[in-house]
Amino acid sequence: MTSIAATSMPARTRTRVGRRQWIGLLYVLPAVALVTVFFVIPLGMTAWMSLHNWPLMGEHAFIGLDNYFAILRDTRFWNALKFTLYYTVIVTIAIFAVAFPLAIFIEKPRPLTNLYRTAFFMPAVVGFASASLLWSWLLNVDSGLFSPAAYHLGLTAKKVNLLATFQPAFWSIIAMVVWKVAGFTMIILMTGLQSIPQDLQEAAVIDGAGPFARFRAITLPLMRRTLALALILSVAGSILAFDQFYIILRGGPRNQTLTAVYWIFNQSFVSFKLGYGAALSMVLLVILVALSLIQLWLLRKPEGLD
Amino acid sequence: MAGAMSQRRKVGFSLARHSTGVIASVLFLAPIVWTVLSTFKPAQEARQPPLPPWPTTGFSIENYETLNSFGDGLWVSAQNSIYVSVMTVLLSVLVSVLAGYGFSRFRFPFRDFFFILILSTIMIPFQSILTPIFLVLTKLGLHNTLTGLVCVYVTLQLPFSIFMMRNAFDAVPREIEEAARMDGANNVTMLVKVMLPLVWPGVVTIALFAFLGAWNEFLAALVLMTDQSKFTLPVMMTALQSGRFGAIDWGAVQAGVTVMMVPCLILFLALQRFYIRGLMAGAVK
Repeated sequence: MTSIAATSMPARTRTRVGRRQWIGLLYVLPAVALVTVFFVIPLGMTAWMSLHNWPLMGEHAFIGLDNYFAILRDTRFWNALKFTLYYTVIVTIAIFAVAFPLAIFIEKPRPLTNLYRTAFFMPAVVGFASASLLWSWLLNVDSGLFSPAAYHLGLTAKKVNLLATFQPAFWSIIAMVVWKVAGFTMIILMTGLQSIPQDLQEAAVIDGAGPFARFRAITLPLMRRTLALALILSVAGSILAFDQFYIILRGGPRNQTLTAVYWIFNQSFVSFKLGYGAALSMVLLVILVALSLIQLWLLRKPEGLD
Repeated sequence: MAGAMSQRRKVGFSLARHSTGVIASVLFLAPIVWTVLSTFKPAQEARQPPLPPWPTTGFSIENYETLNSFGDGLWVSAQNSIYVSVMTVLLSVLVSVLAGYGFSRFRFPFRDFFFILILSTIMIPFQSILTPIFLVLTKLGLHNTLTGLVCVYVTLQLPFSIFMMRNAFDAVPREIEEAARMDGANNVTMLVKVMLPLVWPGVVTIALFAFLGAWNEFLAALVLMTDQSKFTLPVMMTALQSGRFGAIDWGAVQAGVTVMMVPCLILFLALQRFYIRGLMAGAVK
């Protein structure tokens, strides 16, 4: 658009306009400065620090790739990463299992649909920290809701501490995250559902396709980009999970729920091994960037379409 | 006869739909409602399991009053949170409106490079660069200050909000600008008087996301704010919930959680269509 305007102007005004275009730099300068100081430089520093032994106080020393070799032997980090991936797979399946039916439920404008949609979405605007604090209370064995309620209803012989062993603790976190995130995923999926042309569905009905066949042959393929987006958002968010495991479980029971970010946090800000933490961060960063590239590939416009 | 049948099927379908909707709504709202109701129990009762959730031994705001007795008090953290969130909103709106206008309306060297640079930061998790951010803030003398935290939060908002604002400005027809320029408006007057009213919905959207992002952020605040008088609400409440101030007072925790949740819920309910708009813009791009 701009190029057409510029080339169609007479030569004399073009230089004046050209100078005026430079002002654009001033407009974007604050943004570029902020991103440089608080993103690009820290990013470079992470790479640089990962090659150093860098304590909080005192001198840092260049040690080449030693931090990376140390990571290879750091079984606790690999356990944290393994747990993070396990959590990511389970929670993503759980979120989709709840969000997809909800999206279908609220897709068409019918009476009260907006009200239901708002209700389902409410937990999504509450922060992860607030939600975690809330659920840490609901899950508390003495003052909480679930254990005492189960006991009073006669479901359990005594109050069970849900956070004391791995399985109930893990599934409690899954329940909390699904409660908090499903509404968000639902809205994303809803936009995909609404973009499917209605006449396509009607034509399939006339051709005698059942609801399941229509879902497989029309809904899923046409929602590819939306599904990919919702999937990547969920996967990236889960790989970076920290708040809920820190606030509700403190990485317990027996350090079994330490996530990757939690382990980096411990190394960097509890043990103050800043260089080693930076090397761990680089590993996490590579994983996330690889995910983003997969995302760009999945979200590419289908050839020949729009 | 057939009409009555289909009528009955319609009623049945509608009944099934609404019962599903009501049950699901209750499940999603219950934890929030349960918490808010429980905060109004007297402290003694709040220590017991919340069965039923509403106060049975009299209505009380004791839980909110005790919040101020922990550490520097909840009010200090609330003020910190309000300051950080409001500043994040103001600064990220200012920076993104300027940048969105610049990217949309001017052709200057490295324009595309800068735009892609800013957008691509969304691919890098900020969790992985927290340590250097900590060091950069120390170098700038912003270590352990709310201003430093605001700078970090604004930077995190930029990719989304600049993308939003650039698109908003792109959607404004150029004729409007040319007409205003004929009337002698300079760049700044043009932006404030002519363009801003036209991109206002986009501004509300990015302001809303900036507020929610800053108000709810936990990890950066936990790492960067080491002094208790600088804690934001999530950090303060987690300290309280971890028993840092003695035995855990669950009534107070619930009151704190309510204070943290209510502004988000009110803002969302009031500005819902702007929120959904932002999500759509992110989803459709």
